[in-house]
Amino acid sequence: MVDIERCKGCEVCRVNCPTDTIAMASEVNGKGYHYAYMENPESCTGCTNCAIVCPDGVITVYRVKSN
Amino acid sequence: MDIMEIIKPENLVHQRTPLMTDATLSYCPGCGHGTVHHLIMEVVQELGIQEDTIGIAPVGCSVLAYDFMDIDMSQAAHGRAPAVATGIKRLWPEKYVFTYQGDGDLAAIGTAETIHACNRGENIIIFFINNGIYGMTGGQMAPTTLEGMKSSTSPYGRDHVKMGYPLKITELVAQLPGTSFVTRQAVHKPANVRKTKKAILKAFEMQREKKGLAFIEVVSNCNSGWKMTPVRSNEWMEENMFPYYPLGDIKVDGKIVKDLMKDLM
Amino acid sequence: MGELRLMKGNEAIAEAAIRAGMDAYFGYPITPQSEVLEYLTLENPEETTGMVVLQAESEIAAINMVYGAAGTGKKVMTSSSSPGISLKMEGISYIAGAELPCLIVNVVRGGPGLGTIQPSQADYFQATKGGGHGDYRLIVLAPASVQEMADFVDKGMELAFKYRNPVMILSDGLIGQMMEKVELPEQKPRVTEFDQSWVTTGKTADRERNIITSLNLDPEKQYLHNMHLQEKYNSMKADVKYEMFDCDDAEFLLVAYGSSARICQKAVDVARSRGKKLGLLRPITLYPFPDEIISKLARQVKGILSVELNAGQMVEDVRLAVNGRIPVYHYGTPGGKIYSPDDVLKAIEEKLMGGY
Repeated sequence: MVDIERCKGCEVCRVNCPTDTIAMASEVNGKGYHYAYMENPESCTGCTNCAIVCPDGVITVYRVKSN
Repeated sequence: MDIMEIIKPENLVHQRTPLMTDATLSYCPGCGHGTVHHLIMEVVQELGIQEDTIGIAPVGCSVLAYDFMDIDMSQAAHGRAPAVATGIKRLWPEKYVFTYQGDGDLAAIGTAETIHACNRGENIIIFFINNGIYGMTGGQMAPTTLEGMKSSTSPYGRDHVKMGYPLKITELVAQLPGTSFVTRQAVHKPANVRKTKKAILKAFEMQREKKGLAFIEVVSNCNSGWKMTPVRSNEWMEENMFPYYPLGDIKVDGKIVKDLMKDLM
Repeated sequence: MGELRLMKGNEAIAEAAIRAGMDAYFGYPITPQSEVLEYLTLENPEETTGMVVLQAESEIAAINMVYGAAGTGKKVMTSSSSPGISLKMEGISYIAGAELPCLIVNVVRGGPGLGTIQPSQADYFQATKGGGHGDYRLIVLAPASVQEMADFVDKGMELAFKYRNPVMILSDGLIGQMMEKVELPEQKPRVTEFDQSWVTTGKTADRERNIITSLNLDPEKQYLHNMHLQEKYNSMKADVKYEMFDCDDAEFLLVAYGSSARICQKAVDVARSRGKKLGLLRPITLYPFPDEIISKLARQVKGILSVELNAGQMVEDVRLAVNGRIPVYHYGTPGGKIYSPDDVLKAIEEKLMGGY
């Protein structure tokens, strides 16, 4: 989950996602940045790479744990 | 799978630490400062030491660090943070004290304070965010600006003949017996972020055990000062900064663990 | 007519320095004057005039570089803004004590402490009363336009060498950052022949060794040295400079310098258009202070308002010059806020005319 208004569109999450889940939106947020979003949500493995590399901490990660 | 199924609290794996305030960071998009801020606050949160931690903010882009870190902070004059930290730590030895400084703050105007706090082995952490440029004032040359690198006061590229060599202050302070842990890390890729967090955790634990001064350099990007996109600036950093400022532990538990002479050349 | 250009105040200082045949500039980045250093590194005058430009590791290092170079008789300068100027105070005291010529530019910002980057005039005391330790004075020039920023560089160096004293250009963030048309002076060649009787360039066989110092452990000698300095400072009255607007028939007087004066000029225009007899005295040298003309005007006007971008500094010198003859008040906005001409007119109503 991306906090769209906080995202500054730096793209560092996108290039560090191992499954190409993230892309930058063609829309912009209130500050004019093309925010990050999950273009391929099915590919997400919940690895948290995106969240920990984000300078603004705008990403929250959930992973469904298999029991 | 339904999104509501996924975002259940028990599935939460990572969220922004509550020890960062709600304020939007004033740093440029993609700037490593933000990442390091989050890591320090995560460690403070995980160790449960928010009530006992005092940070010292520098002059530079991170002068406003106190707007973002939810701990007591003191803003120091340019370069004087290690002296301010000494003043606090000597009177409150049980507290966790750290400075957070940029390359101009720590290695230009603050050289004396840096060296002497390290020489005295103050039981603090010095965070050194090295992006080879003066960001806040508009992209001037810094002591760590690389040879040939352009900035607003080295518009034709740094020329060591006139301006001196890029300063490897970290290798210098590692030679002082007062420093116990000296390391150089980065936060542009997830693997580096995890290593940096480990280093920060180690540094705070050292402070609790009164094991001397911890000096953590984070080589970081400055896409605005370097005039690149954030992604490109991280690539440029890997290609240009890392060869001159190699990552890794330099001194652990008071012992140098690298071939310093090779790095200093 | 000389070359005309549209420039920022900071850039004008830099360009004027090159054209004045300056030998060296030592500086350090600080907002709002980093453009001086940036312009000089971009123009790279070392290639054309041989002028040295160096970014020092700190403001303290820069002023000590100035001290060294000035002791060899060269034309040298530095620039900074309030917090950086504070750092230079020890060095400036040394330069004054050793009687060395040099130019120091202060592009003042709001304080105290790290303050703000907005313009202010709160360094008046620091510039005119000391700042550094000891009984010394600086010649202080206060530009009110980008043209004066350019003109005062050569003028300042001339005065510095005339009196063998440091000279300060007391500007502010507004003038440093604004862009105006400037007529630039001709390029002066760098001086190669100059009086080397007192400088440290190497003791030649024909003279005793030269020492640059401000140390005098013998109290009698230090007393005499200080008396000599005081005599020198008194003689600077010969170079006092100011400008008057609509003072001939003024009933009330504004005293303001720099950016303040520009705003007050507008206030005078508005007042005159309303039939009020308001005048403005703009000191151009803050030291030596134009106390004689103020004392003279105090016999003509009914009250004076000292208008400054601070909490009240120059007003004290105005009061001293007026010596109790008429009321003197202060109006100002410290901390980086800038008042408007209307604010000035309101203050006059409240403080001066309200009393009558």
